[in-house]
Amino acid sequence: MKIIVCVKRVVDTETRVKVAADGRSIDLGGVQFIMAPYDEMAVEKAIQLRDAAGTGSVTVVTVGPAAATKELRTALAMGADDAVHAVVEARMGPNATAEALKQVIDGREYDLILCGKQATDEDDAAVGPLLAAALGLPCVAFVHGLTVDGRTAIAEREVDGETERLDVDLPAVITAQKGLAEARYPGLKGIMAAKKKPLETVACDATGGKTELRSLELPPARAAMVKIEPTAAGMQSLLTALRNDKKVL
Amino acid sequence: MMANVLIYLETSHGSAGAALKKPAAEVATAGRALADAKGGTLTALVTGALAADGVLGRHGVDEVLHVDGEAYGRHLLDAQAAALEAAIADTQPDVVLLSATVLGKELGAYVAGRTGRALISDAVALTVEGGAVVATKPKFAGKAVAHIAASGPCIVSLRPNAVPPAESPREAKTRTLAVTPPAARVRLREVVPAAEKRLELTEADRIISGGRGLGGPEHWSEILDLATALGAAHGASRAVVDAGWRPHAEQVGQTGKTVSPKLYVACGISGAIQHLAGMSSSKVIVAVNKDPEAPIFRVADYGIIGDVHEVLPLLTEAARTFLSA
Ligand SMILES: Cc1cc2nc3c(=O)[nH]c(=O)nc-3n(C[C@H](O)[C@H](O)[C@H](O)COP(=O)(O)OP(=O)(O)OC[C@H]3O[C@@H](n4cnc5c(N)ncnc54)[C@H](O)[C@@H]3O)c2cc1C
Ligand SMILES: Nc1ncnc2c1ncn2[C@@H]1O[C@H](COP(=O)(O)O)[C@@H](O)[C@H]1O
Repeated sequence: MKIIVCVKRVVDTETRVKVAADGRSIDLGGVQFIMAPYDEMAVEKAIQLRDAAGTGSVTVVTVGPAAATKELRTALAMGADDAVHAVVEARMGPNATAEALKQVIDGREYDLILCGKQATDEDDAAVGPLLAAALGLPCVAFVHGLTVDGRTAIAEREVDGETERLDVDLPAVITAQKGLAEARYPGLKGIMAAKKKPLETVACDATGGKTELRSLELPPARAAMVKIEPTAAGMQSLLTALRNDKKVL
Repeated sequence: MMANVLIYLETSHGSAGAALKKPAAEVATAGRALADAKGGTLTALVTGALAADGVLGRHGVDEVLHVDGEAYGRHLLDAQAAALEAAIADTQPDVVLLSATVLGKELGAYVAGRTGRALISDAVALTVEGGAVVATKPKFAGKAVAHIAASGPCIVSLRPNAVPPAESPREAKTRTLAVTPPAARVRLREVVPAAEKRLELTEADRIISGGRGLGGPEHWSEILDLATALGAAHGASRAVVDAGWRPHAEQVGQTGKTVSPKLYVACGISGAIQHLAGMSSSKVIVAVNKDPEAPIFRVADYGIIGDVHEVLPLLTEAARTFLSA
């Protein structure tokens, strides 16, 4: 079972966002970076599928800044076998990212490509299906359960409150939703081993952008809080305000 | 040319027959506004059994394209993509609009890849500036908002609940579009209904969410009762999901669902940044927490400092009488 996992370096979910002087990006001063949480789940699932198959490999791929080597090493420490890094410093939109990933992946052997459902910076949930289209592969996004049976994967996802179980011809692109796997913490042994695992750097053309990020701003501040007493009368005044002032009831 | 707008509308196929899903009116409204701004027509694509509930004409659709056939009984990506691509070829739209649901995000991005169109995902507002579509879109889990312009024909998914439906009545004529769907590479094996009927969180108008402050799964009826009284969906914090009190599907937050209901009631939730990430764009936020310093109160419009086990039954009782009066 040969699995490719697309992982992205993103700002830590704890980050308090400030807009940078260019008005189009965030101020990275003091910001910590992590592997996007859904990508971690995808890496974990890939390792589990490889180990269950008893054969094969997990290759992690990123398109991102030189510093993203750190997130690739994390994936290797978790148990991935090798990594491929297309170094691009600038932010890319979803079309360009998928195009760059296609270039990196083309010519490699794989049975399955896993992505996170969404990267927690762009929040597009787009690169997985875009990549599937670019590679001519079937796609299932938002998958929280996955097993592989020969050339078919069985994917589970939630749609409108129901769970769909889908048969998917492999190779395919599948994106990880919460529930797919709980990412392990790499142990010391994994971290040591990761240092010796292959990490290949490749070039890619990152100019396939079709959108332009014109500006970035903070969301409007919320109004001051109104305190409600924890009494029956308080509840009455709350419901009245929700209906008459806010018109939400 | 290239001023037309095509919208793709999801339908559900329940026992009562086909029905357009709730965001259809929102997508139609946003589509109408774009078509007016660009001086083009608005076409709606509907696949499967045609939902004849008049929503389309009411919200400004000029023409309905209908694709039917065995492959369209239930939403499967390969067939839906073929229908959408055929409708794009037919109407040559500048903008394709669909809703940013599980199925809509997947289909929009997939067809953008297949047709070489620009993709903008999860927009909350759309304008036309100098001919280009510019979307407002939350990033970093709503901690920032970006303005993104498409530099050519595009596909945009629209976050449910972001655009209030508006009426612009006209007679929408229906035209059948013949599409031969490709062999399905993704096939439905089975549908497992939810143990309890759930309102879809991302589309819900009202959400009651519970956190670790509820004390244990045995107290969850306090959340469910309030949700029933208010006709609301129910969600949970990650702490609750990780503890196994509630299923993953109910988690709200950065690694759960992003929701923007009209009313969000957070009960016994501290308001960690990752939770706020998933719900801070709600129109009105009510928080119940016994700790006056809980960060949830910083985003709340109404705050009740008190014990959930006392406040929730009071609120549920009051809501029952209030809403039936
Ligand atoms: C990468 C990452 C992703 C994450 N993603 C998410 C996510 O998607 N969603 C999410 O929710 N969290 C997420 N988290 C976790 C988040 O940081 C918090 O740990 C979590 O939200 C806490 O849940 P909680 O508020 O229910 O519990 P707690 O933080 O334990 O808060 C419980 C609250 O209940 C109050 N309380 C206790 N008893 C009562 C009572 N009787 N009456 C009234 N109030 C009471 C307390 O004062 C407290 O404020 C993520 C964390 C990380 C690192
Ligand atoms: N620059 C990137 N490098 C590698 N994978 C990426 C990159 N950007 C996005 N992805 C993958 O695509 C998923 C969805 O990203 P997005 O569409 O940006 O929300 C992520 O969870 C990753 O698996």
